[in-house]
Parts: sequence; C-alpha cells; structure tokens
Amino acid sequence: MALLTMMVVATFGILRLGNLFAVVILGGIYSFLMATVLVVLDAVDVAMTEASVGAGISTVLMLGTLYLTKVEEAAPVRRSILPLLIALGVGAVLAYGTFDFPPFGVAEAPIHQHVVPRYLAKSVEETMVPNVVTAVLASYRGYDTLGETTVIFTAGIGVLLLLRGGRKGAGARGSKEGGA
Amino acid sequence: MPALDVVIAHFNHWITVVLMVAGLYVVVARGNMVKKLVGLGVFQTSVYLLYISPGKIFGGTAPIIDPRFTVYSNPLPHVLILTAIVVGVATLALGLALVVRINEAYGSIEEDEIFGKPDEDGDGGGESSGVGSR
Repeated sequence: MALLTMMVVATFGILRLGNLFAVVILGGIYSFLMATVLVVLDAVDVAMTEASVGAGISTVLMLGTLYLTKVEEAAPVRRSILPLLIALGVGAVLAYGTFDFPPFGVAEAPIHQHVVPRYLAKSVEETMVPNVVTAVLASYRGYDTLGETTVIFTAGIGVLLLLRGGRKGAGARGSKEGGA
Repeated sequence: MPALDVVIAHFNHWITVVLMVAGLYVVVARGNMVKKLVGLGVFQTSVYLLYISPGKIFGGTAPIIDPRFTVYSNPLPHVLILTAIVVGVATLALGLALVVRINEAYGSIEEDEIFGKPDEDGDGGGESSGVGSR
C-alpha cells in the first residue's frame, strides 16, 4: 500500500513539474516503483521486464528525445477546465465500477477458476518448463509472441524511416537515435 | 470493521483508477508532446496494475512450479502484460521519433505553438490523445 501511494505521489509530480528532464526521471522512478509492486504481486517476470524496459529503455529514449528537442515545457497559454472535468468524470465512473470487482487476493475469484488450473497442472508435463509464464508465452501462445515481435520490428522500421528518411533539405544531420 | 475490509479489498483498484485518470489528464490537457508521452506511459502502467492485481492470491507464490508450493498466483495476466509492456515501448519509440521529426519541421514540441495562434477558440488538446491509448 505504501508503494502504491508513492506511485501516486510520483504521478502528481509528473503532472505538476515543468522541467521535462525532471519529469522523465520521475517517470523512471515511477517505473521502478511499479516493478516493485509487481514483485509483491507475484509477477516476477513482468517486474523484470518493467524494470528493464519501462525504467531503462524508455528513460533512455526519452532523454535522447530531450537532447534533440527542448528541456523546458512552455507555460500553458490557456487553462481549460474541460479536460479536468472529463478526467474526474471518467474517474468517478471507473471508481464506481470497481465495487463490482471481486475482492483483492481471494482464491475463489472467477479469474482463477477457468483455464489457469489446467496450465498449472499440465505445463511441466507438456513443455518441461517449470516457469508457467514462460511456458504459456513461448509454447502455448507462441504465435502471439511472434506477432508481438512483428510489432516491434514494424516500430523499429518506422523509427528508422522517420529519423533517417524523408529529409530533403535538412543538410548533414545524421540520425542520432537508432536503438529502438 | 466492514469499512476497512472494503478498503483492503479495493485499494489496488482505486489506485489503478487514480493513475489511469492522472495519465488521461496529462495526455489531454498538457500541450507538450514529451509530457503527453510520459502521461501515456502512466496510463499504460495503470492498465498493468489493473490486470496483475486480480491475479494475486493471498498466500500464493510466483507461478514457477515447485513441489514445495501448492498455491500459485495466476500466470495468464502476467503473459498478457509482458506482451503489453513490449508493445508499449514500441509505441513510445515511434511516438518519440515523431516528436523529433515534428521538432525539426516546426521548431517546437508545444501543441499551441504548432497549431498557430494560441488564442484560437478551437481546442486542439485532444487531437493526438487517443492514438495509442487503449
């Protein structure tokens, strides 16, 4: 609970600060807090991915972008109340919806009843992998992961095309951000 | 103490909602594009929490099969969110590349400066907000 509250504090820091460098670093802190929360919630694989990708690669990409653009956010020209109202309205509806959720941490919740017991019972026998997350990701849903890899490949091509191609009169500015 | 029970049963969901709404607000209300992308990241992370939280069982352990344990937390949300994280960083990289290109073309990453006169009536704040948020 303390970790989750710290995440909320980091989020409001992101919301208030005008210096984008501080915002990006706070985003990294936020990702590490999220990874810690995921460890507490038994999602160790997700936590490792979040710590390396969310706090590592994302922060590096953000800092690279800041290097190529600007660090200070301009003061808002007009303050509109509409986004705040929309956000609060959406939040109220969502919070109302949470009361229909099954309580946290209970083994009788519907999510634990259907497919998962079979995976837990059979995955070692069928795939020889003790980690069920790995078994499902790489074996049972291997095509899903293949599609995911395709998405990353496409994104990488897109980044390269955006940063390198289509630059007619820009002179000799090589693309400095290639590691996607 | 039923009120305390309700708080414990739903605290994760409420934090999820708060993070989601904060991310949404940053994406919609802030004109700076890097900040919009950070907000999008917060929004995505709240979705991770939304998925992982119901998978936890009190007294369970991480879903790695071992004879010493009998109760495991739910592995399926973990698999889904692993995919979501990786796709999220792909989206982020593409968005940041777009920001760099926009900065080269317009010399600014502020929406108000790009869209012309700041005292225009039209509210362009939500223009790029719905692109990657799902």
